[in-house]
Amino acid sequence: MSRRILRPASLLPRSSLTTWSSRATATSSKAWTCAVNSQHARRIHARANEYLPTNLPEWNESQRGVREAIAKICSQYTDEYWMEKDTEHKFPWELYNDLAANGWLGICLPEEYGGSGLGISEAAVMLQTISESGACMNGASSVHMNIFGLEPVAKFGTKEQKERWLVPLIQGKERACFGVTEPNTGLDTLRLQSIATKHGDHYRIKGSKVFISTAQVAEKILLLVRTAPFDANKPSHGLSLFYTDLDRSQVQITEIPKMGRSAVDTNTLFFEDWKVPTEDLVGQEGEGFKMIMHGMNAERILVGAEALGIGYAALRRTSHYVNERVVFGNPIGKYQGIQHPLAECWMNLESARLMIYLAGRMYDDGYTDGEYANAGKFLASESAFKAAERAIMSHGGMGYAKEYHVERYLREATLSRIAPVSGEMIKNYIGQKVLGLPKSY
Amino acid sequence: MSALRILVPVKRVIDYAVKPRINKAMTGVETVGVKHSMNPFDELSVEESVRIREEKRAPGGVEDICTISAGPAKSQDVIRTALAMGIDRGIHVELKEGEELEPLTVAKLLKATVEAEKSNLVLLGKQSIDDDAGQTGQMLAGLLGWPQATQASKVEFGEGDSVLVTQEIDGGVETVRAKLPMVVTTDLRLNTPRFAKLPNIMKAKKKKLDKKTLADFGLTSEKKLKILKVTEPPVRQGGGKVEDVGGLVSKLKELGAL
Repeated sequence: MSRRILRPASLLPRSSLTTWSSRATATSSKAWTCAVNSQHARRIHARANEYLPTNLPEWNESQRGVREAIAKICSQYTDEYWMEKDTEHKFPWELYNDLAANGWLGICLPEEYGGSGLGISEAAVMLQTISESGACMNGASSVHMNIFGLEPVAKFGTKEQKERWLVPLIQGKERACFGVTEPNTGLDTLRLQSIATKHGDHYRIKGSKVFISTAQVAEKILLLVRTAPFDANKPSHGLSLFYTDLDRSQVQITEIPKMGRSAVDTNTLFFEDWKVPTEDLVGQEGEGFKMIMHGMNAERILVGAEALGIGYAALRRTSHYVNERVVFGNPIGKYQGIQHPLAECWMNLESARLMIYLAGRMYDDGYTDGEYANAGKFLASESAFKAAERAIMSHGGMGYAKEYHVERYLREATLSRIAPVSGEMIKNYIGQKVLGLPKSY
Repeated sequence: MSALRILVPVKRVIDYAVKPRINKAMTGVETVGVKHSMNPFDELSVEESVRIREEKRAPGGVEDICTISAGPAKSQDVIRTALAMGIDRGIHVELKEGEELEPLTVAKLLKATVEAEKSNLVLLGKQSIDDDAGQTGQMLAGLLGWPQATQASKVEFGEGDSVLVTQEIDGGVETVRAKLPMVVTTDLRLNTPRFAKLPNIMKAKKKKLDKKTLADFGLTSEKKLKILKVTEPPVRQGGGKVEDVGGLVSKLKELGAL
């Protein structure tokens, strides 16, 4: 793949949330300087113990506007709410409905279908904020797919399809899940085995999918399956994309019990003879892989932002706790053995945040390669995991107890290290594409 | 009945969730780099004005809802929030960063605005949570020579321009009736302000926002009050614990309370 330089505009029209600020690319360095200049009286931008601060450097007015508006909604849902949902394995309908009713599900989708046409830069702030409120992946995953999953439809669907699919999705009347991964192929997406064969006005699909989030609550599925056998000469051809009803009479859905993010279900799907009408095919037959790849970098950015949220939540709870917990006559936060690792966690999270939002800005500007999106996701998930782990260690036995929430944070931060792509595969990508080294696998 | 032309003044203040800190010079609280948002009482009046229209409460209908804020450039954020909640248009009276208007100047500014915009109902928060003066609404009614109903917990409309306003008082509620034009100040029990919906936040940026200065209204920021010093309240001294009722009685006797 050749390295491309920044293109001036993305394919979809993007606008910013506020008129009086232009896009981040134009203003970021200026905004930074202004922020520094106006900080003469108070130099700390945002303290780690504050709840969802808006004043973070490198965020533009549009992003801060999203942060502020979404924080108001999320602040109604406490850590206790999320603990309950996680323990009882219940989908967080209250938050989901609140976000839908206030128009947040369409943040990245076109305005003509009820969306708001904002960029990944803003969607990342939205998902980071949901996660950071204490909701972690349980909150973020409840809307994640609806935020960006239908980008291939928005880009390659017909007007009729967009009308039929995007409008109810944005209104929260329909939910979608994402059916790509298969039990036998994992990250090797080109080797997908589920196959669709055409019979007149419909396809018949046979195969299976695994790790399909929200299939228990979704009405629709974005499905990538083979319509032609694998051809080593044209490996990226032969896969087709469908967006169709997740018909439970034709698809067997089984939930997978897992380590964390238990409020949002993950499933295995089996189907023998699933009839899917031809009008549910997105774009050209055989071109599905390219359409799916299009949204991959965006997803890495969003998952990275969600991971960051967990890290900041862990740091917030912990800085409060160690400031109050007195052992040997002092708050334990006074001891460097406690204080220094937390300081490191903050530095790691902030550096990851800067890279995630840089990647978001590049994506919105039309950049299609993935080194910054992947690297940002890697750094964000690693630093979030580290912060959650330090949160438990700083709490001691209290951290191992569920009451203090940080053990939930650790279980959820683990997910972001694995999905949607593992750290090992990211290193492979960087090794090959950036360092120019031979493919290692 | 006349169609309503509602004016809803809003103020940008330090966010209610932020713990204010006194500045080094002890002349006020630290505002630089601190999170600001719309005065919570003003959110109530914004919400109420929009509900009056949505619920078709006024027999004569609602012709126009206009918001106004005086403050630094950042005050446009709270105006845009009000527009996103459903207000039609805004006026921003730009002040220099750090410049504060006294309640009387604000009341004069609002009087001039009421006259220019031909408003017949002014709905405003009973106080702003920064200086808690609680004077602007009353001063405005005085300057205009209009009836006023303060701390509203309910606003209803009757025939012939009459407005029925309920306010909570110690031990019950009090209901007052007046005729338009009038001034109403809002209290916490009035409603629960909505969240601005994302599509409405996007639409709000296209709504009309006029920029003005105090001079456009023939006003200057006149200072009749002088702040001598701002300090933290004294730290509360911890109380003592007593073992039992006997201990309590002897402690009270010791302190001369019995």
